[in-house]
Amino acid sequence: MTRPNLTYDIVIVGSGAGGGTVAQELSPLCNQGLRIAVLEKGPRFRDDEFTGRELEMAGALYEDGGGFLTTDGAMTIAFGCVYGGSTVVYTGTSMLPPERVIRRWDVPGLTHADLESRARKFMDENNAHLLDDDVINQNNKLFVEGCRKLHYEVKQFPVNIKGCHGSGLCNLGCPNQAKQGTDRVQLPRAERNGVEVITRCQVLTIGEKTLAVRVAAKPAGAKGDPSPWEPGDYRIDAKIIVLCAGAINTPALLLRSGMGRNLPRLGHGFTTHPAFIMVGEHPRPIVNSVGHPKSYYVDQFTEAEHFVLETCMYFPFITAKSLAGFGAPHSAFMRAFPRLQMILVLACDEADDFNRVAIDKAGRAAVHYHFQDVAIRGLIRGAIAAAKILFAAGAVRVHMPVARDTTIEAGDATRLEEIAATAEFQPGKVPVSAAHPQGGCGMGTNPGDSVTDSYGRVHGLPWLFVADASLFPNSLEINPYVTIMALAGRVAQRIREEVSALL
Amino acid sequence: MPLDPAPAIFRAVVSTIVPEAGELDANGWQDLLGVIEALLRDRPESLKRQLRMFLGAIQWLPVIRYGRPFTRLNAAARTRVLTHLQNDRIQKVRVGFWGLRTLVLAGYYGRPTWRTSAALEFHDAS
Repeated sequence: MTRPNLTYDIVIVGSGAGGGTVAQELSPLCNQGLRIAVLEKGPRFRDDEFTGRELEMAGALYEDGGGFLTTDGAMTIAFGCVYGGSTVVYTGTSMLPPERVIRRWDVPGLTHADLESRARKFMDENNAHLLDDDVINQNNKLFVEGCRKLHYEVKQFPVNIKGCHGSGLCNLGCPNQAKQGTDRVQLPRAERNGVEVITRCQVLTIGEKTLAVRVAAKPAGAKGDPSPWEPGDYRIDAKIIVLCAGAINTPALLLRSGMGRNLPRLGHGFTTHPAFIMVGEHPRPIVNSVGHPKSYYVDQFTEAEHFVLETCMYFPFITAKSLAGFGAPHSAFMRAFPRLQMILVLACDEADDFNRVAIDKAGRAAVHYHFQDVAIRGLIRGAIAAAKILFAAGAVRVHMPVARDTTIEAGDATRLEEIAATAEFQPGKVPVSAAHPQGGCGMGTNPGDSVTDSYGRVHGLPWLFVADASLFPNSLEINPYVTIMALAGRVAQRIREEVSALL
Repeated sequence: MPLDPAPAIFRAVVSTIVPEAGELDANGWQDLLGVIEALLRDRPESLKRQLRMFLGAIQWLPVIRYGRPFTRLNAAARTRVLTHLQNDRIQKVRVGFWGLRTLVLAGYYGRPTWRTSAALEFHDAS
């Protein structure tokens, strides 16, 4: 391997929804002679390495195997660490940013119309569409059936899939290459245009137009290609740096680089949609573990009760971990796995003064998070609504993580409100996880209220941009990847417009 | 093995969290331990130390109430001990139990043979 020239015009940190988009949108500049690199901490996998085996793939694709813990240990946050970032491990749900949320964000210069038109472009590019009814599995159809009986307004997710075989393994990386994440669409296009992607490359710190990075060796027996660069520490000079390492690692990188001194809001405004699963046991086996896992949702309760319901289907260990309790009641639900219907309850948390990204003594990302009353209420109310849907769909018993007795028989379905009144939420007892980290480098007008302007430019540093979910000033209240791409497209456009002045 | 020297305590905890684990044969038990060992391999030594300390506490705390260690309790008493930890008013204790429970569940339900025994259909390459 030859030692690379370590001077670039533009360096993009991260290759997920933000980084992949920025790479693609800036890649035409390579034709003008600009050198652009994407630095990705995770490895790049060959198609045949996506085996769908739960623990093997979770360990390979996610940061901390999907078990990144908040500092109090009461919640895990799942996010990808791989070529393509979290777009490799999501279910492909492609949602337009809600107008009321963008209005509430109140970022001067950022309009919903602008974001929506950009979002639609990326949805088209990624083949986002509604799945045909004949490929929707029973787990999803039962959700629709239950919702309709209750007169809930059930909606179908557009998903960015092409050639789905229904493996049901979206969250472990599609083994059939059907999901159109940045690893399939934007990054290959950027590379064809001349962008270099350096995998297994962690950015340690950034300084004035420089980056200190460490390239890791491929561990013996591990999956994935080795980095195109030899293992070791490097210093890279770059005229423009775009941070797209996600809502946890981007603020942590900036904090580690000492930028918190001039940016008091850095790391603040963190939200993540804390969530748990509700499980209903049916009397007969249903088709649940094959087919696209997440086809429908209910968002009519978002504004008044702060929760969203989504269909889901997880793998054996994640399911076991997500059920509360242990012993015989827990085992009974696990033995009924082929008869289980699942619903994900997501709470809409809000930016506050406590929840934030920080760094520990070793400079690693540390998420300080407490469960707000609004989120706890959202989880409890969401659990009740989900239980109603499960029983309406024919479940004979339901597992409710926040109930005093977590197993609720069909005969008690009329007592759900009573059960809700005695529900208890103890952090560390109720298994809560999250997969939508947002905020930490919020957009605004000045360092007193934000970290960047509405084009992702870090206040006071014209060469430094952010283009990922950390830009969100508050919760998006829906699945975020299309909005991340829309914002990243906007950041890339601004860089293109100003590139001559910035170089 | 990161759990040494606590294999007997760990086995008693596993069988309380997942009662069917008590029926595992030697190969099944080795599979379970293998999964856990792999999960712990790259974790910090401090975490492994905390895990061993937590197991030690589970073994000896019941002496105060029951007059004997965890491994010598019957199944109902073992369940009561772990339920107490799960519901403890101190969050760090609850979180510690949650971590241990997660490890046990990974070991038991992360085994490919569990899928077969549960007749699960997954279209993976295993």
